Amino acid sequence: MRQYFKNIFIALWTILIGLKLTFKHLFVRAVTIQYPDVKLKLPERARNRLYVNIDDCIGCRQCEMACPVDCITIETVKALPNEDLGVTSTGNKKRLWVTKFDIDISKCCYCGLCVYPCPTECIYMTDVYEFSEYKRHNLIYHFSNFTPEEAELKKKQVEQFELEQKMKKTAKPVEQVAVNNPGNPEEKS
Amino acid sequence: MPEILNMLIASVIPLLFILVYAVVILWVEIKVASHVQDRLGYMYTGGFHGWAQPIADLLKLLTKEHITPANSDKILFTLAPFVVFAGSYAAYAALPFTSTFIAANLNVGIFYIIAITSFVVIGILMAGWSSNNKYSLFGAMRSVAQIVSYEIPTALSILTVVIVAGTLNLQEVCQMQKGGLFNWNIFKYPPFMLITFLIYFIASLAEVNRTPFDIPEAESELVAGYHTEYTGMKFAMFYLAEYANMFLVSGISAILFFGGWDSPFGEFLSGPAWGVFWFVSKGLFFVFLQIMLRWTLPRLRVDQLMYVSWKVLTPISFVNIMAVGLWAILK
Amino acid sequence: MATFEITTRSVKGELKTDTMILNMGPQHPSTHGVLRLELVVDGEIIVDVIPHIGYLHRCFEKHAEQMTNYQQVIPYVDRMDYVAAMGNELAYVLAVEKLMGIEVPERVQYIRVIMAELQRIASHLLAIGTYGLDLGAFTPFLWCFREREKILDMFEITCGARLLYNYIWIGGLSHDLPSDFGKKLKDFLKTFPKALKEINDLLTFNKIFIDRTANIGVLPADVAINYGCSGPMLRGSGVKFDLRKNEPYLVYDRFEFDVPIGEGKMGTVGDCWDRYYVRVREMEESLKIIEQAWEQLPPGDVHAAIPKKARPPQGEVYFRTENPRGELGFYIISDGHTSSPFRVKARAPSFVNLSVLPEISRGYMIADLVAILGSVDIVLGEVDR
Repeated sequence: MRQYFKNIFIALWTILIGLKLTFKHLFVRAVTIQYPDVKLKLPERARNRLYVNIDDCIGCRQCEMACPVDCITIETVKALPNEDLGVTSTGNKKRLWVTKFDIDISKCCYCGLCVYPCPTECIYMTDVYEFSEYKRHNLIYHFSNFTPEEAELKKKQVEQFELEQKMKKTAKPVEQVAVNNPGNPEEKS
Repeated sequence: MPEILNMLIASVIPLLFILVYAVVILWVEIKVASHVQDRLGYMYTGGFHGWAQPIADLLKLLTKEHITPANSDKILFTLAPFVVFAGSYAAYAALPFTSTFIAANLNVGIFYIIAITSFVVIGILMAGWSSNNKYSLFGAMRSVAQIVSYEIPTALSILTVVIVAGTLNLQEVCQMQKGGLFNWNIFKYPPFMLITFLIYFIASLAEVNRTPFDIPEAESELVAGYHTEYTGMKFAMFYLAEYANMFLVSGISAILFFGGWDSPFGEFLSGPAWGVFWFVSKGLFFVFLQIMLRWTLPRLRVDQLMYVSWKVLTPISFVNIMAVGLWAILK
Repeated sequence: MATFEITTRSVKGELKTDTMILNMGPQHPSTHGVLRLELVVDGEIIVDVIPHIGYLHRCFEKHAEQMTNYQQVIPYVDRMDYVAAMGNELAYVLAVEKLMGIEVPERVQYIRVIMAELQRIASHLLAIGTYGLDLGAFTPFLWCFREREKILDMFEITCGARLLYNYIWIGGLSHDLPSDFGKKLKDFLKTFPKALKEINDLLTFNKIFIDRTANIGVLPADVAINYGCSGPMLRGSGVKFDLRKNEPYLVYDRFEFDVPIGEGKMGTVGDCWDRYYVRVREMEESLKIIEQAWEQLPPGDVHAAIPKKARPPQGEVYFRTENPRGELGFYIISDGHTSSPFRVKARAPSFVNLSVLPEISRGYMIADLVAILGSVDIVLGEVDR
């Protein structure tokens, strides 16, 4: 019997305490920020959209190997000896043409594992988070400066050069034999 | 001819009042909810804190398609929202908005109101049954049990006031409380009238299906209860009916306990026009209290709801009515 | 509330009733994720509950075998229990470090403790908030999330991400604490107890809330131990077992804190209210640990012990830590000559805790099932992996 009245009293008392709290919160300043008119400034370590400074890339593929979801695709072509690609801003000499550097940002999991192995710090995470697109293929970012045709051209050039190198290597001994036997003019190559 | 014109005006004015009030109270409810939760709520439509948002919502609901589920009882499905609304709208006929305006000055005013608000039960059951949906039926059955059980404490507490006032006519109940703050019914026979008011307030929360008694529309359990399958204007009717009901019970508690259209200062600021202002603001104050309770308390379970009604409210209101009756006789 | 006798055979003079199968489907506002519960109900009383899981299965363990090194598995481990990611990373990294025999510097251990305890507070805030939401109290949910935002802000300035961190690495951490971390932490430690008191006043001691959760879903201690429950589920039933005290890892043995257990204050020992209240008190204890850890934080280099290439010797290891949801264990087999794991198995606490659901919900009503499920505090990412 006593418990019955006690229950009623406790119920009413806790309801009143709850009402007092919510009434107090009516006058607390709201914490909402009116996005998109007002945007929060992200901290400096914020991990959002990736960016690659392709001029600094030496094509080492460390980021491609470090990515857990395989969202980076890189294709490189060896530079010919007579071509000078220059130096990156950190002082590394570039030896490879980076013909394809695609990042599928829709696959990226924003873990940042690709940032740490890069020797020239050319891939890093920016604070851009509003990059939605209407078409899904627009989310595959092409960072390389080569169009597919130029890339093909470069690859063919390198293949050509390597073929010439190989033929020069196999042709050298024949030439020496021809020099040692000067009496066989038809076998000159 | 003037008869019909009078009837028309008398029935249109409460309807207009309900429509305007519903638009305003929708905005107030969301804003109160937001600020209690430390956030902003409506901000854009119309400029200052989104005051035009409920109007936009109303327009959107008007243009939506009416989807009727297959295998549903089409007639009942279409009729249900209107029955629910008719139940609460018809009760506005007996509310005295001011000393000179009451749509129907019935001698059995409050009795008529109690009777006509039971119409809502039929409407809810129609809605739940005709939706052809297990969850809706659950919600409807719970709602019927709830409303029917809570009508008893409601009626008993109203009966207590009738004993004090000696009449069922709402206009006369208000007239008897004329004269300022301390003439109001809630200060008579202390503390019994206070207890009566508390019982009436809690029971009326259950009548309107508001938290903590809102299991018929329990959002986290049954999606939306008995009005899950409703779209467009029919859904808007349910919403309108709920808010109309809220003001109805608040208005009745204002009339019965707090003097109705009487000004708390006695003669100062009183008169027919001021009467409307006092009545509406008292009603809105209790509506505001109901809104605050919604955002404060968790929900009661079905059997706990029944326990509160039958084992707490009903016995206490019986004791109350006997105490007040005895006191009134011995006076 | 007493449990009810269910008779489905027709007794002389009584109406024969039949049970109904109700589907609380994968899409439901209160199942905390994609969980399908098949309920066999008699009116409103539950006769049986059959949980169906697997809607969020993402083959985490198979993925872990395909990775090129142990470091790459850490983003995957994050996404298992996405609500409390630091705990996952910690368990995995500690397992790998035990296998490789790496000794991390003291500063790393202290920072890991601070991060794990902050994550515990954040996870419990979410558990409490959504529990109130399930029961119809809409306001504490937003107040809890406001406090949680402060913790996530602290995480964001440290490692750059709010929810899935990739912060705890094998042998150390990815970044050292930034300069404004201390100020934010001190502000949080000052304002959080007040906010917790408000949430307690509004929800925990509210009579309606107590009526909804006391004496519901009573889990006796022996049943809990038999089913392998852990964390607040076990401690709510009165068993004083906490891995941070019984098998201390990192530097937990240097801190003074209490292990709250359920005492049946508002009902039976082991009911939903007890489990809920254990979580509330655990947050207060975590505050104590963070304060002590912050005072004792030694200087040092967090990158000192990170190996160039993590190549564990052949062997297997099982390491368990105290996740906010229970005991999270990782069983890792390494075959010695590759740098990727041979097998990674995660023993998820929510998976084991969920298995006790049919046992404790027989005889209660559907509305009680929502309360019981909320008190088990599952995250489907962990249940399904």
